[in-house]
Amino acid sequence: MTDTNELIRLSAAQLAGMLAAGEVTSVEVTQAYLDRIAAVDGGERGVNAFLHVNTEEALAVAAEVDAIRAAGGAAAEELHVLAGVPIAVKDLIVTIGQPTTAGSKILEGWHSPYDATVVKRLRAAKMPILGKTNLDEFAMGSSTEHSAYGPTRNPWDLDRIPGGSGGGSAAAVAAFEAPLALGTDTGGSIRQPGAVTGTVGVKPTYGGVSRYGAIAMASSLDQIGPVSRTVLDSALLHQVIGGHDPFDSTSLPDPLADLVAAARVGNVEGMRIGIIKELHGEGYQAGVENRFNESLELLKQAGAEIVEVSCPNFQYALGAYYLIMPSEASSNLAKFDGVRYGLRVLPKDGPMTIERVMGATRAAGFGDEVKRRIILGTYALSAGYYDAYYGSAQKVRTLVQRDFEAAFAQADVLISPTAPTTAFKLGEKLNDPLAMYLNDVATIPANLAGVPGLTLPGGLADEDGLPVGIQLLAPAREDARLYRVGAVLESLLEAQWGGPLLDKAPALVETLVAAKEAK
Amino acid sequence: MAAINRDDVAHLAQLAHIEMSAEELDRMAGELAVIVDSVKSVSEAAGDDVPATSHPIPLTNVFREDVVGHTFTAEQALSGAPDSDENRFKVPAILDEA
Repeated sequence: MTDTNELIRLSAAQLAGMLAAGEVTSVEVTQAYLDRIAAVDGGERGVNAFLHVNTEEALAVAAEVDAIRAAGGAAAEELHVLAGVPIAVKDLIVTIGQPTTAGSKILEGWHSPYDATVVKRLRAAKMPILGKTNLDEFAMGSSTEHSAYGPTRNPWDLDRIPGGSGGGSAAAVAAFEAPLALGTDTGGSIRQPGAVTGTVGVKPTYGGVSRYGAIAMASSLDQIGPVSRTVLDSALLHQVIGGHDPFDSTSLPDPLADLVAAARVGNVEGMRIGIIKELHGEGYQAGVENRFNESLELLKQAGAEIVEVSCPNFQYALGAYYLIMPSEASSNLAKFDGVRYGLRVLPKDGPMTIERVMGATRAAGFGDEVKRRIILGTYALSAGYYDAYYGSAQKVRTLVQRDFEAAFAQADVLISPTAPTTAFKLGEKLNDPLAMYLNDVATIPANLAGVPGLTLPGGLADEDGLPVGIQLLAPAREDARLYRVGAVLESLLEAQWGGPLLDKAPALVETLVAAKEAK
Repeated sequence: MAAINRDDVAHLAQLAHIEMSAEELDRMAGELAVIVDSVKSVSEAAGDDVPATSHPIPLTNVFREDVVGHTFTAEQALSGAPDSDENRFKVPAILDEA
């Protein structure tokens, strides 16, 4: 058996291969990850990527896969390629048998009576679920600091943010606490955490992965997607969770393309790759810009044609997003009223009416950012302001879609930095909502238009040695192009680095032990 | 567009069923004024000729067969409720005359 410290660093594809060849058992792999979680996740300075660890069930599923493999025959042959490969699930996605909190006090201790469709598909593939990962409350934030259960720390520097809202999923994968994770992306919640933790994340085409069982923030923007350490691993996971679901009326009826094959094409010759003029340069950290330019050079050397495209209406995208998202969120979160599930708080004095109970429950159960967005959304939807705010934002959405259409007439894939900066310090932007919102400036246009986006590590910024993300965008339903270009760029970059970028991250256990001894 | 003030926030909080302290209203009004100011340009971006987009990839007439399918039992539906009685959600008084 491979040393457990080596085992947890293998990709999901490598683990799948070893499991199939009988070189390792799923119980060994799953236990290695559970041990790693126990070693690095808890304590005052721990990563805090997990809100719940699902030890018993994960080991039971692993043992089941091992038993099927050991017995051989048709059942073993029919096992999914990822059977026995463990995974973490963002705690915005509902699961039977584990609590789902959405990072909020209002759902503390709540257990869903049903599984999300993506969770059902993980179970069908017999992937052990390691637990539920931390997030900004109801996925509202870019740093995981808005979680009611404490922030997640960035494995590259424990004093820095892991991005958000899916900081828990990204940090879990970056810290080798899981080989794969599920995230959700409404304005960048998969891609921006991927960028600042040196991991891979994909927001599929809107409707490409069922949203049934993802607690809704903004229904016309939300999308579940894969989080991993390699492009191929995201393709493998995307293939498990993607495809039509009758339980989600916005689910695309189209058959899923072969994304794994796309990740294995291995060339970008003749592909037109478009630099979006408005999504780099001013406002982007110098080290981010440098790594971005290097990636362009590598793609050019590999035979891609680099073109420049302009998307002039992207300047309005952030504003439109911060009207549409809170509007939809204010409506979606009305269901947390202290009646059907979760917290109920009674007013301290005065008449005990349902309205006053709702007011007290929501006051105690929601954090500041959630309240801010509900109020903003209620404002944008209120009589007299609806046309000026929500209506105008929907028109901007049309303009952003037209910009993408024009850009994709000139380029097969678009490219930009994923986030304007590397990971900032915990607390740095917590009291400045507007500065926090700017982290999503490059990721938001894809959500408004419904097009797919992928982030992959582009190297470390010169000034702070922290990971930089490169974002690829493709036309709707053309997710395969992201995997093709992403896998090529990844292999070119890793050839330069001499291995995966995460090999350069500090050794976490040693860092945590040193911190404890220093006390 | 008008700026958002403390009275607006108090009214909106009431509409959204969120109790807020005086201190919270002050802080929220200040923060929201900055945010609302920053999104102002959106209303000037598009002319009357631009149609609104509510959904990125619209699908129409998404129906299923009219047969009974997946349903929760009463017990499942009530499993997370703060209070229930006789297979129903139990709530405080709905009218003011409790």
